Amino acid sequence: MNARDEILNRVRSALADVVQPDPTLDVAVGWTYGRATAMPDVLERFVEMTLDYKALVRRVPATEVPDAVADLLVAAGVGSAVLPAGLDATWRAAIVAAGIAVHEDEPQLSRRELNAIDAVVTASAVSIAETGTIVLDHAPDQGRRALTLVPDTHLVVVRADQVVSDVPEAVGRLAAVVAEGNPLTWISGPSATSDIELTRVEGVHGPRTLLVVLAD
Amino acid sequence: MTTEHVRRTPAPPEGTYLGMPKFATNAKVQLGDNQLRKNLRNATGTIRAKRVARVAEVPEWEELRLAGEAIKNRTLRHLDAYLVQLEESLTRAGAKVHWARDAAEANAIVVSLVKAKGVDEVVKVKSMATQEIELNEALEEAGIAAWETDLAELIVQLGHDRPSHILVPAIHRNRSEVREIFLREMKLYGTPAPDNLTDDPTVLAAAARTHLREKFLRAKVAVSGANFAVAETGTLVVVESEGNGRMCLTLPETLISVVGIEKVVPTLADLEVFMRLLPRSSTGERMNPYTSMWTGATPGDGPQDVHVVLIDNGRTRVLADPEGRPALRCIPCSACLNICPVYERVGGHAYGSVYPGPIGAVLTPQLRGTSSEIDKSLPFASTLCGACFEVCPVRIPIPDMLVHLRHQVADKKRHHPGVEQTAIAAAGWVLADRSHFELAQRAAALAGRLLPGRSHLGPLPWPASPWTDARDLPVPPSESFRAWWQRTRGETA
Repeated sequence: MNARDEILNRVRSALADVVQPDPTLDVAVGWTYGRATAMPDVLERFVEMTLDYKALVRRVPATEVPDAVADLLVAAGVGSAVLPAGLDATWRAAIVAAGIAVHEDEPQLSRRELNAIDAVVTASAVSIAETGTIVLDHAPDQGRRALTLVPDTHLVVVRADQVVSDVPEAVGRLAAVVAEGNPLTWISGPSATSDIELTRVEGVHGPRTLLVVLAD
Repeated sequence: MTTEHVRRTPAPPEGTYLGMPKFATNAKVQLGDNQLRKNLRNATGTIRAKRVARVAEVPEWEELRLAGEAIKNRTLRHLDAYLVQLEESLTRAGAKVHWARDAAEANAIVVSLVKAKGVDEVVKVKSMATQEIELNEALEEAGIAAWETDLAELIVQLGHDRPSHILVPAIHRNRSEVREIFLREMKLYGTPAPDNLTDDPTVLAAAARTHLREKFLRAKVAVSGANFAVAETGTLVVVESEGNGRMCLTLPETLISVVGIEKVVPTLADLEVFMRLLPRSSTGERMNPYTSMWTGATPGDGPQDVHVVLIDNGRTRVLADPEGRPALRCIPCSACLNICPVYERVGGHAYGSVYPGPIGAVLTPQLRGTSSEIDKSLPFASTLCGACFEVCPVRIPIPDMLVHLRHQVADKKRHHPGVEQTAIAAAGWVLADRSHFELAQRAAALAGRLLPGRSHLGPLPWPASPWTDARDLPVPPSESFRAWWQRTRGETA
């Protein structure tokens, strides 16, 4: 017997005590999915929680996003940035105008080429106020996963209408894009470790600087 | 392995888990290490405080725990159906699914996949499943170097050591030890640590970043585990902090994920429960820094050659015992380790398994059986205080299960009576009849009169030594209460 059939047989004989064939009738799950978590101000909470992770957050009106993006990159000392193909044209223009060397990922940059670039600028899919989490679904305005991983600075733009209260609402919004096969990256602050004497160190392998622009 | 074999990675310590002595013996050794106890006390105390603060922020915490328990119960009680569904979803998404009955079969599958790629090294994401099957050593024997990339796992690997905690495996090492390990070992296996390396954790983390960056940039194959596998969509989830997981899951051409069959959850929506329970229970954070979710192979993004190895390795044996089955609900968070008064004092190494602490004490004897000294001692590595159940995000009744397993071990022993059984049998005889009791009291009083002026007995020879080595035994009184009553009140009792 092959391993698959043998394991499934073992599972079936281990579960001889289970008589109800329908899992949902057999075990009730008393949980209502997709509920919002009540909070006074979702955007305020998102800013507060993201700051708590030592990320830098700038909240601006939507029209000022291009300037905010360019300002934050310059202030962080960024000399070069890779931009995903679908990035907003006005942000791109502001970055170029700020004198930052812009790289495209078309054709795909090698890992070593990416490693030599200072920063990446992206949009995002959904953000979670209660946990200060930004979710990327790697649509064209965010690019493939390696872009937001190898450069040491990640500037991400979050639109106010993309911010939800808590994890359940976020998972609900992301279901369709997962069904299409997109990967997801959930980011809560910069890369961090507490592996040495439980002392928190911000910045290990992922981007050590996370810059967030919240567009109202 | 032949004697001419030149190792590609640091050798782990001698000996195997299964050859280890019983828990009490290991615990005694660990208790003698003051530095270890200090490190453990600091670490577990810190994480406990963080967990309490983060859990208190969630008013519906108990509702979430009940949901987590119910979802996992539903999955486990219909595991065959969900595994078949997971396989279909993964295959549809372009992943190749492999099945492994045991560790040897899983290791053989991974070794042949790596060899087929023609490479001699892999990068690894921290994974309990691959530690359990001892994959690194299987790869080493096949001439393939497996590099751990989690900072704590790197410290353990370069330190020729074993992990001592699920979440912070190098909890037993302090910063100056880490510095020494990095200075001594990094240069032997790649980018050396800088000469001016200090013991500042920020500096040490930066050294790890530099050392591993070169390996990430050239790796063609990565090996991971998974925290969750969604049957409905074929989505795998890895929860991490440092970004080493993202590096492994994103940059190589081939990704091999070794996943225990109990990791399946029915739907993507179920993740809303577990992604709230896990980070707060585990690191005491609202959310861990990075979570990756991937569904097979995504064209133009990340590994295009994606494999999932589903392993049994004893899990169906756990599943077959309805009283032991709840152990498979575990979403390794380590809250039970951090709260356990026994773990806090002895650390992870005494448990003789990659699964230490309370959950290890119930899971390991079920996965491996109770024939070895260490495995049959594990159900006794607890005071049954019950704190582990209180903090468990999926409500595993660890104390009840420990008692259940103690019964199993005791039943096995019944046919080969030892000192304890003989003593209990003697006590049974003494207590069965008043005349036996009085005879025993007179014998004890005689012993008391033979040792005048002493309040306690020192260590006694075997078979009493296991008791008296750690305890003072009072000298029996020269007169029993019943004899005194009879003498002073002059009445017959």
